[in-house]
Amino acid sequence: MRIALFITCVNDTLFPETGRHVVRLLERLGHEVVFPEGQTCCGQMHYNTGYRRPAATLAVRFVRTFEDADAVVVPSGSCAAMIRDNYPRLGGSGSRLSRKVAGLAPRVYDLTELLVDVLGVTDVGAYYPHKVAYHPTCHGLRMLGLGDRPYQLLRAVRGLELVELAGATECCGFGGTFAVKNGDVSSAMGADKARHAVESGAEVLCAVDNSCLMHIGGTLSRQRSGLRVAHIAEILASTEKEGALR
Amino acid sequence: MSATFLGIPPFPEAAHEAVNDSRLRHNLRKATHTIRDKRASVVTELEDDWERLRSEGAAIKNHTLRHLDHYLEQLEASVERAGGHVHWAADAAEANAIVTRLVQATGETDVVKVKSMATQEIELNNALAEAGITAYETDLAELIVQLGDDLPSHILVPAIHLGRSQIREIFLDQMAEWGVPAPAGLTDDPRALAEAARVHLRERFLRTRTAISGANFAVADSGTLVVLESEGNGRMCLTLPETLISVVGIEKIVPTWADLEVFMQTLPRSSTGERMNPYTSTWTGVTPGDGPQEFHLVLLDNGRTDVLADTVGRQALRCIRCSACLNTCPVYERTGGHAYGSVYPGPIGAILTPQLRGMSSEVDEALPYASSLCGACYEVCPVAIDIPEVLVHLREEVAAGPGHLGEKAMMKGAEAVFGSSRALDAAQRAAGAARNLVPRHLPGMAGAWTDTRDLPDVPAESFRQWWNKHEKGQS
Ligand code: SF4
Repeated sequence: MRIALFITCVNDTLFPETGRHVVRLLERLGHEVVFPEGQTCCGQMHYNTGYRRPAATLAVRFVRTFEDADAVVVPSGSCAAMIRDNYPRLGGSGSRLSRKVAGLAPRVYDLTELLVDVLGVTDVGAYYPHKVAYHPTCHGLRMLGLGDRPYQLLRAVRGLELVELAGATECCGFGGTFAVKNGDVSSAMGADKARHAVESGAEVLCAVDNSCLMHIGGTLSRQRSGLRVAHIAEILASTEKEGALR
Repeated sequence: MSATFLGIPPFPEAAHEAVNDSRLRHNLRKATHTIRDKRASVVTELEDDWERLRSEGAAIKNHTLRHLDHYLEQLEASVERAGGHVHWAADAAEANAIVTRLVQATGETDVVKVKSMATQEIELNNALAEAGITAYETDLAELIVQLGDDLPSHILVPAIHLGRSQIREIFLDQMAEWGVPAPAGLTDDPRALAEAARVHLRERFLRTRTAISGANFAVADSGTLVVLESEGNGRMCLTLPETLISVVGIEKIVPTWADLEVFMQTLPRSSTGERMNPYTSTWTGVTPGDGPQEFHLVLLDNGRTDVLADTVGRQALRCIRCSACLNTCPVYERTGGHAYGSVYPGPIGAILTPQLRGMSSEVDEALPYASSLCGACYEVCPVAIDIPEVLVHLREEVAAGPGHLGEKAMMKGAEAVFGSSRALDAAQRAAGAARNLVPRHLPGMAGAWTDTRDLPDVPAESFRQWWNKHEKGQS
């Protein structure tokens, strides 16, 4: 299958390895990955902070860039949710944008949805000999409804020991500009999440979204906890032969 | 009672205090998690019925709001037919004036109160006090807040922020001034505290001849008002006095008695985690020889018709004040209710308060941002109010206004960078080149981030740059 990669601005700029993991994983599974160059950002930050017009402009750009794709993979739960759940609210009813979004949005997938629902695999042939805890990010959990998919994928990874995370469904406190506008509350939420992660006994905390991981990871790093965060793509891309790509 | 929310700083500042108050954090965490877990278990046992009840509740409320003028007139007619009197109040001042006049007409200077959000919203107790009338709160948590000259911090459990030793102190210090004193040697055992309150209140119930209540629901076709409660103190106020005055927001209407079937299931489960609440009192006008012989209904607008005009924001008027969204909100859990600067705290407060009051103050402008948009509130709301949607909608209003220049400049900058992939690539290359210059602690707005968290390292190469090489390697 030919799969278009929407890398998202945060991943592109700060976490390029996540994109490389996705490419490595999908190519290993026998698929072709394309990266439409015109892509930039889904507009989530603008939208969530109340700047609707620039968000709509970015939605138009996204639609233009990806409208011909058979499937679009987004290795960021919140950006996938932005496209699927919020783009339809951006164009007026009956507008060109809404019509185009209605056509495209059902072909936009988070990585775990693409693997499980579209490609029909849960065992991706990965090897990752570590204790791992999974943090179900809010948008992955509630807007996309990822449910059991990430766990199914992780459970099939050889060598991986999945440990339980207390308070898993609670928000980590990132929330985009919330982390800056309400820094105290955001930090307090991040600290509780980090504590639960450490108490889980995991070596690695993973999620489908680097933004949340940046927040939790930044807290863990400040606390010198020794616990590492990793995007789920990194785990799924690792194999016995090639190890983890860092 | 003189406590008022006036003068509370905007949310981020008020939250700063709260987040650093470890006793408060402990009390809140314990209480919210207990109710949260109870709610989850009684909701789960209804299985698929829950989603059905939830959408029915939303549909009934939507229908009523769409035809509100019709149902309000119907309610007025049925209340008067049953021997009650209906009064219309456009705002808080009008409502307070009406109630004050009604109480004065009874010749009483003391009134007992059933816990009511509407009367808190209009600060009725303060208005009555100015007219020389003392209002006595009879709900246990409300009583604690009143005795402590404190402010409510939760819709259902206004004293949620207090621990039992704090409550004991308040009882010992204050009860005597308000009536029957607390027994000497009062301990902080919950049963002893409840007994002290019972003795204190009993004397009040037997002596007071005028009562003031709100209502959870007002049934348009029969003119019946409904109050749900756990302690039975409300029922005392609704049955013993001679005069009953009920202040009710105009959005509390349901068309028929049969509509209550849905809410009688969803409200107790959502608010206290019980399948059924202990006391449900209903009254229709007056019944000779039984209960209050004089009944007044004050229908309160106070900004509600303005909210109704906003097609996105109006869903907030579906709220049945169950407080499930407060108990599940990670932000509320860490700040408590006072930080919201309103009688409606938590997620519903963050969308309702700025709509009712209008967003002309710093406090009200900050409220739509008091959320990480995690969506937990929407998930639990028994009338499916999409709180995150309304928050973002209200943020648009704030962002469209004057001020927030730094933020606007940043958004503009981001817009330019994301306006073309070439601009983004150039910005990434610049960041990559300057990667070793990024300090660990950032000044200004970004400092809120680096105070407690490390920033990630900027990579030397963006994905885009890597991809171009990867592609070339393959061809
Ligand atoms: S918004 Fe929903 S969850 Fe919150 S108090 Fe109102 S009805 Fe309950």
